[in-house]
Amino acid sequence: MTTTLPPRRPPGPHAPGRATIAARTLRTDRWWLQPAITVAVLVAFIAYSTVRAFENAHYFAEPYISPFYSPCITTACEGSSFPELFTGPSWISPALYILVVPLGFRLTCYYYRKAYYRSFWMSPPACAVAEPHRTYTGETRFPLLFQNVHRYFFYLGLLFNAVLTYDAVLAFRDERGEWFHMGLGTLVLLTNAALLWLYSLSCHSCRHIVGGRLNHFSRHPVRYRLWGWVSALNGRHMQLAWVSLVGVALTDLYVRMLATGAFDDPRFF
Amino acid sequence: MTDLQRAFYDVLVIGAGGAGLRAAIEAAEQGARTAVVCKSLLGKAHTVMAEGGIAAAMGNVYPQDGWKVHFRDTMRGGKMLNHWRMAQLHAQEAPDRVRELEDWGALFDRTPEGLISQRDFGGHRFARLAHVGDRTGLELIRTLQQRTVALGIDVYMECTVTRLLRAHDGRMAGAFGYWRESGQFLALQAPAVVLATGGIGKSYKVTSNSWEYTGDGHSLALQAGASLVNMEFVQFHPTGMVWPPSVRGILVTESVRGDGGILKNSAGNRFMFDYIPDFFRKETAETEEEADRWYTDKTNNRRPPELLPRDEVARAINSEVKAGRGSPHGGVFLDIASRRSAEYVRKRLPSMYHQFKELAEVDITAEPMEVGPTCHYVMGGVEVDPDTESSVVPGLYAAGEVAGGMHGSNRLGGNSLSDLLVFGRRAGAAASAYARETDAAPLREDDLTDATREALAPFAREGGENPYTVQHDLQTCMNDLVGIIRTAAEVQQALDRIEELKIRAKALTVQGQRQYNPGWHLALDLPHMLRVSECIAKAALEREESRGGHTRDDFPGPDPEWAKINVICTADGEGIALKRQPLPVMPDELAAIFEEH
Amino acid sequence: MSYDARLRVWRGDASGGDLQDFTVQVNEGEVVLDIIHRLQATQTPDLAVRWNCKAGKCGSCSAEINGRPRLMCLTRMGTFGEEEVVTVTPMRAFPVIRDLVTDVSFNYEKAAQIPPFTPRQRDADGNHRMQQVDVERSQEFRKCIECFLCQDTCHVVRDHEENKPAFAGPRFLMRIAELEMHPLDGVDRRRLAQDHFGLGMCNITKCCSEVCPEGIHITDNALIPLKERVVDRKYDPLTWLGSKIGLRPKD
Repeated sequence: MTTTLPPRRPPGPHAPGRATIAARTLRTDRWWLQPAITVAVLVAFIAYSTVRAFENAHYFAEPYISPFYSPCITTACEGSSFPELFTGPSWISPALYILVVPLGFRLTCYYYRKAYYRSFWMSPPACAVAEPHRTYTGETRFPLLFQNVHRYFFYLGLLFNAVLTYDAVLAFRDERGEWFHMGLGTLVLLTNAALLWLYSLSCHSCRHIVGGRLNHFSRHPVRYRLWGWVSALNGRHMQLAWVSLVGVALTDLYVRMLATGAFDDPRFF
Repeated sequence: MTDLQRAFYDVLVIGAGGAGLRAAIEAAEQGARTAVVCKSLLGKAHTVMAEGGIAAAMGNVYPQDGWKVHFRDTMRGGKMLNHWRMAQLHAQEAPDRVRELEDWGALFDRTPEGLISQRDFGGHRFARLAHVGDRTGLELIRTLQQRTVALGIDVYMECTVTRLLRAHDGRMAGAFGYWRESGQFLALQAPAVVLATGGIGKSYKVTSNSWEYTGDGHSLALQAGASLVNMEFVQFHPTGMVWPPSVRGILVTESVRGDGGILKNSAGNRFMFDYIPDFFRKETAETEEEADRWYTDKTNNRRPPELLPRDEVARAINSEVKAGRGSPHGGVFLDIASRRSAEYVRKRLPSMYHQFKELAEVDITAEPMEVGPTCHYVMGGVEVDPDTESSVVPGLYAAGEVAGGMHGSNRLGGNSLSDLLVFGRRAGAAASAYARETDAAPLREDDLTDATREALAPFAREGGENPYTVQHDLQTCMNDLVGIIRTAAEVQQALDRIEELKIRAKALTVQGQRQYNPGWHLALDLPHMLRVSECIAKAALEREESRGGHTRDDFPGPDPEWAKINVICTADGEGIALKRQPLPVMPDELAAIFEEH
Repeated sequence: MSYDARLRVWRGDASGGDLQDFTVQVNEGEVVLDIIHRLQATQTPDLAVRWNCKAGKCGSCSAEINGRPRLMCLTRMGTFGEEEVVTVTPMRAFPVIRDLVTDVSFNYEKAAQIPPFTPRQRDADGNHRMQQVDVERSQEFRKCIECFLCQDTCHVVRDHEENKPAFAGPRFLMRIAELEMHPLDGVDRRRLAQDHFGLGMCNITKCCSEVCPEGIHITDNALIPLKERVVDRKYDPLTWLGSKIGLRPKD
């Protein structure tokens, strides 16, 4: 018994009637470099953040808290200035309860979507380079349909930015809770919070919400002006996405170094 | 004939530029079964190249503007050789034609009041060009294209008409052509045919026109028995790119000068002040200071000489280059970089910025452009009735560049897009009205057989020349001998060469097969180019004066006797017959406008 | 100034074809289209190529040069080394007609399916009044010269012919965005954009923006804003509720 299967075309720009060119791409430049860098940086970040999230230690060095663990919402948290909302199993790191928000915000971000669709899923790896998949449905069905909730992660992300800004303000107190202190860590936390604000405000959903959804800017001069500012930031969304990502990791690393005593926080006043 | 696709319509429009699409829209809206045939894809027609704007006396920027002022400017720009009735209808109807584009989705730049903004252009007394940056032609074509699609009009894309078909009684019966893609033939039957095929610029070597501009419509009309008027008037746009060689001729919009750009020679002089003709002296600035003030205060100052009509500026540039004061690549300098901020230039002239950056590696916000005259537009064309655009052949209409009369001896910038809209609509309306009252005439089978044989002839011949060589020789001949400055001896020499080229064109050989074969397409376009070139040369030899787009070195000034005469071309066997015809006389109430304004 | 360039051009038709090697003279300042024309005039008079304005304004001469979707008239030979082989192929997302000419009717079919512009009434004096800030977003999209390079590069249809019926491509999703943002238009095309024109297939990988010869920010200014408008209409319960109870009039 023999079965005849329909002839299978290799994935790529091949279909009956099109120019017969076997090559997956005729690009002669190093198109693979960009996705390779993206993979390298994202894998490094994921590895580092996973280790740190599960480590459940060295995330607090008075008066600084790591952004991976803030807001710290269980009774097991180090330090005393946090909303101790509940007591969880001691083997679950408090970071795990909250990381879903920044993770979700970045995972559904229009820029990161481009970055990981290209580099991890290779859909496509670069322009005019064939993707390896035989079928493609994009973001039309579960689970990728859920990318459409990006704006809710944006709202939640704003709350987190507020908390991290609060953390940065608290970093103006010293170990004994006295105000008018500032160390290098204060600057680190401030910078981190600022970058996160810039990243959030440059978000495409934000651009839509502040004014993009309007059809008559001239009737809403204030929102038009806001939209103009957000649009200008939005032009740098990619850069802000990377800088703020690295910023969060470095901030955490700094706090960890203080907490483990590997480094002493230089004090300005 | 098994190889022949057939279809039936009330109105057949040939050409899908501004005039063709506007005619088709009007005909379809009036209930005619309408089809458009075009050589390129829909939306690629030459109209897309128009940059500056659509001239219409809407009065949005200068309320004192009105149709009479526009009429006067148009007539004076054409050195009074325009058909007065066309100039009148054009000036009166242009504002409505612009407004209706907005109902179809066009988005013009706005005034602070939210109305359509209007910009300055050469020869126009007030700022009156409705525009979108410097890509107004694109906006126009896209708007009309989208309207055409919304109305469900049949469009035959990449389809070339090679012959108009007439019934036994001489009226229009349809058209014969081929699909470029497949080489298959088709016969479209329609009692009313609107020619909207544009111009003839591809007969010249240095031109702003695309390959489509082979004068098909002019030539088809001649063959069908219609007449052409004033073919000697060819407009050389003063500012085409001159470097690098491969882009020589590509247009640099007049808006550069309208928005503050000035022309300088190699000595750095603003030479246009030396070339102000008496005819325009009263309305042109005498000093650079006055000219510069005009951009901000138009009421108390006169316009800079850079904004004289195109024929004047083109001749001036030509003279400067000939006198050895040209730029390194044989043009002059057009400078806006030293006069306007980089931001202003990028905002007002985005396509020009892009064009020079991409094609010449010149940053126009930092350095001057090099520019020189380029063949741009033919004022002459099919002689039509001003109100209906009907030619002398019943059922044959012409609108846009292929029609003659409207622009006299020289067209003002911005008057082309408005011409397309005003007369495209009129032609479509008249054609559909005619088709309603007229039965379709049957196609003559012997015509179809003959047209097929003629189209396939280049394949049958062997050992002949390549069509590209003949085209190249024609372009060189017209450029060198019937160009911007003409003499009897040179034009006669051109006519002799055209006779030789006609013989060579009859012996062409084409390689390959019928499917998308550009060599074959060119072989079929060449007879049109030759026929039109012959008209231009013969008419240029006939008119012994200099006026507008026709400059005779041996007759340097305008002649009042010639001001009353049109030169008419008709087909005469394989050649062209000429006759002189008196200019239509303007009624007194219109003549009075020239005293008032 | 002149040199002989090595050119590889795909020649053939729907039944097959291959890349053929040519040596062609190149002069200073020339673009790929000049070289193709020289090839026509001197070696291959029947080489099929579609072009019109040769100035980057009409969008006819789309092709792929060294594998990248480009306009031949805007690709200067000077961007390649004199020793480099320059490969020119037709657009690979569309059926080929012959040589460098492809059948782009897919695009015209999609254009015809979009519900047309439907304006509000004119003002009493016969004019439409719109402010410059209100028209600017749609004006950017109307810079499109319909070269269809974005359609060609978009992997949704380039790599998946079967998606063509369900996906309009960046050019026409941008057209929908243009109409949605048009200050005079009164039709809501958001649901159609998602359900009929396949906006959800777009995974915003930005190749359309990368190849656009007009530099239109297709992804950031058209596709993503349109996706956000679709979220308003289809996926965001709060805005949906808001519009139902009248808190969110449609601008």
